[in-house]
Amino acid sequence: MAPTIRKRPNGQTIPAPAKIPVSLTVNGVPREIVVAPWVTLLDALRERLGLTGTKKGCDHGQCGACTVLLDGRRINSCMTFAVMQDGAKVTTVEGLARDGALHPVQQAFIDHDAFQCGACTPGQICSAVGLIAEGRANSVEEIRELMSGNICRCGAYPNIVAAIRQAMERERP
Amino acid sequence: MVYIGTPTSRVDGPAKVTGAAKYAGDAAASGLAYGAVVTSAIPKGRIATIDTGAALRVAGVLDVLTHENRPRMARRAAAYKDDVGPEQGSPFRPLYDDTIMFSGQPIALVLAEEWEIARFAASLVRVEYEAEPFATDLRVERERAVAVDEPPKPRGNADKAYAAAAIRHEAEYFIPIEHHNPMELYASTALWEDGKLTIYDKTQGVLNVHNYLCSVFDMKPDKLRVLSPFMGGGFGSGLRPQYEAPLAVLAARALERSVRLVLTRQQMYALCYRPATIERLALGAAPGGTLDSVSHEAIAVTSQYEDYFRNDTGWSGLLYKSPNAKYVHRLARVDLPTPSDMRAPGATTGVYGLECAMDELAVALKIDPIALRLRCYSDRDQHDDIPYTSKQLRKCYRQGAAAFGWDRRNPKPRSMRDGSELVGWGMATGVWEALQMDTALRIVLTANGHAEVSCAFSDIGTGTYTIVAQVAADLLGLPLEAVTVRLGDSTLPQAPVEGGSWTAASVSHAIAKTADEIRKELWRLAKAMPNSPLGACRLEDIALADGRIIDKTDSGRGVAMTDAMRHGRRDRLEHETTNSFAEDDKHARNTHSAIFAEVKVDEELGVIRVTRVVNAVAAGRILNTKTARSQIMGGVVGGIGMALHEETLIDHTLGRMMNANIAEYHVPVNADVHDIEVIFVDEPDELVNPLGIKGVGEIGIVGTAAAIANAVYHATGKRVRDLPITLDKLLG
Repeated sequence: MAPTIRKRPNGQTIPAPAKIPVSLTVNGVPREIVVAPWVTLLDALRERLGLTGTKKGCDHGQCGACTVLLDGRRINSCMTFAVMQDGAKVTTVEGLARDGALHPVQQAFIDHDAFQCGACTPGQICSAVGLIAEGRANSVEEIRELMSGNICRCGAYPNIVAAIRQAMERERP
Repeated sequence: MVYIGTPTSRVDGPAKVTGAAKYAGDAAASGLAYGAVVTSAIPKGRIATIDTGAALRVAGVLDVLTHENRPRMARRAAAYKDDVGPEQGSPFRPLYDDTIMFSGQPIALVLAEEWEIARFAASLVRVEYEAEPFATDLRVERERAVAVDEPPKPRGNADKAYAAAAIRHEAEYFIPIEHHNPMELYASTALWEDGKLTIYDKTQGVLNVHNYLCSVFDMKPDKLRVLSPFMGGGFGSGLRPQYEAPLAVLAARALERSVRLVLTRQQMYALCYRPATIERLALGAAPGGTLDSVSHEAIAVTSQYEDYFRNDTGWSGLLYKSPNAKYVHRLARVDLPTPSDMRAPGATTGVYGLECAMDELAVALKIDPIALRLRCYSDRDQHDDIPYTSKQLRKCYRQGAAAFGWDRRNPKPRSMRDGSELVGWGMATGVWEALQMDTALRIVLTANGHAEVSCAFSDIGTGTYTIVAQVAADLLGLPLEAVTVRLGDSTLPQAPVEGGSWTAASVSHAIAKTADEIRKELWRLAKAMPNSPLGACRLEDIALADGRIIDKTDSGRGVAMTDAMRHGRRDRLEHETTNSFAEDDKHARNTHSAIFAEVKVDEELGVIRVTRVVNAVAAGRILNTKTARSQIMGGVVGGIGMALHEETLIDHTLGRMMNANIAEYHVPVNADVHDIEVIFVDEPDELVNPLGIKGVGEIGIVGTAAAIANAVYHATGKRVRDLPITLDKLLG
């Protein structure tokens, strides 16, 4: 069967936006990409840099699946364009383990079975790492509240809270 | 048994916490083209014109596929049938012709070098419709609903007994349309290689999708491979093939190129949903609390093109003793896509109605809700008057009530307080089926003492990888780390879709049967060794443990598996078997649960919080208490959403879903979920199947919404029967 691609119809070509070079440090590695301004940081990570650990769950900042750490702060990577983050340091779920050892939050998620399907998990883990760095959550209620931007449809919330508490306790001197 | 029954961490955990697990939209390929779907803006009619000219002029657009120019697809509606779709009706055929059957229907597929370009170009496709009158409102269409002929057979004369009953309760309970909303977007990555297609699809059944695509595109089975090694949640939405898969095939064939198609969250609302359902219950009782009459009528929506329904009503006559019972199930055909299974389909909705009605009856009888259920308790399946393989529901009531502290409940509504909040305690019963399906499975044991277990089942987050590793490790006598599990690939031994809570029992017995073939072969190899310590052993005395072939009667007597294989010059032992379960129509097979919920309600604002839930479950042997607990907990969270949050709203003047996103379709978030305690009561069962496994995928949600609704009544004295129980209904 021959391809059925049609000839471009007559009339002026509608151009796509011009691409712009962007420098990012992703998981400690300098990366250069050239993307149109309409490319979100999320799609830059997933489709241009092959880092598919970061998930797209809604593309509207509603679910938190795409949470990454941007200069240490947790953000929804679907809500920012890659070109806005030129020069930024991005940490994704792929960049948390060190020398083959899981990050304490990653290990705690396994220990407490803080996920089922795993689709929200990279975002939950990045969000938890950001939360712990913020130092704002001092109680179970505060963890719940401050993790409520990350939806888990499998309903692992009590285990997520338990995992974060474990990781917090291990980080304390 | 070293691993079965223990709280074992997920074997796929490291892949999931590091981002290494590849889902359908993650598959890597060079030269991917990207698709974006254009959907119908009207619910019914036909496409008069579809103008793709502007879209095609966008730089980077490769093509726009519509019903007018798509590659060939099967004409016969029957070619689009799948393993689990409704028997009655004609399945939806994406991009097939100009007919519009629901708002959100895919009508064009834009293909481009980059996803952003495809999405932009999709916004330039201009469509003119010839619209037709439509209907989407169950409350209007219920008058035209038609009865289906499958509910269980009635017994006695329910109407007469109800009319004569001393205490009567009759009411309607309403469950709106709910959406599964798995976190992963529906996606298909179709890898094109010289006419062969490898498709990473988001599905709960790789073989179902494989067979469907082969049929729709008239492809030879070996030209197509479907994979779903990880699935980011399904909850029933991925049981049937969804349209991203055939569209990805169309695109790959049109372009002769690999294609990634990811649907948007909004588009997923037009895939499938739990049908809006009215549950009408009429219960007649004697003053002492025994039931004389049970009538249960369900009226649910379905599409205009398929009759989807599940067993909503039969649970009422099954669960409680009543000499008279009758059931009616009616369907209102509306201009929406066909509903689908969602988390314990039928039971979640039907038992919600039943268990709220039982609570209302207990109030009318002035007896404790648990006492009422114990007075109506049935040790036999009431439909067929047969015993259960096991039913430890009494233990669920007892252990659940004890853990919850039910004996401290003041039965009077509005009698319990915590500061400014009213406190309510409610309970309900849950019930589901213990199903099991024929399943094929392969085990390859290599001479280094490693086993690979493979089967086409998917792990949709339920923990299948882990329980397969546990069961195989135990039955092969190997450490867990020595077992590799492969799932979710249409080239692996045949398994049904992952659903219905049947996977654990089905796959475990397939492992048992296949592992037994390995055991037999190892026994023969061990016997053949010179001076074999097992030379005189009979097969029935042989077991596999700690990497050894041993004599069960004297476990010191044995040989290492690796030695036996090396001696027999066997690098690998490979066996594939298909396990079938013995027919048994003399026993009913069910799981049960008792759910206890505490709510706190702000008296002034009507804000409801579910502060505590205890769910005591009787589900036979629990293979992995860690992952099974998560499954039940997840069901409870789903039940909290059903009770308080979830509702897909339709603008009936447009026939269109209004809140097709996760901000306006509310699902529970972390702050909505407090203490959940899961109890597995002991339920040995040698009759259901040799390993006593019943499955726990669905039972966690069944009854949960009713327990919460009953707690809200207890807290406030107000009975809200229409879900979700939002504060406007509570204050109104």
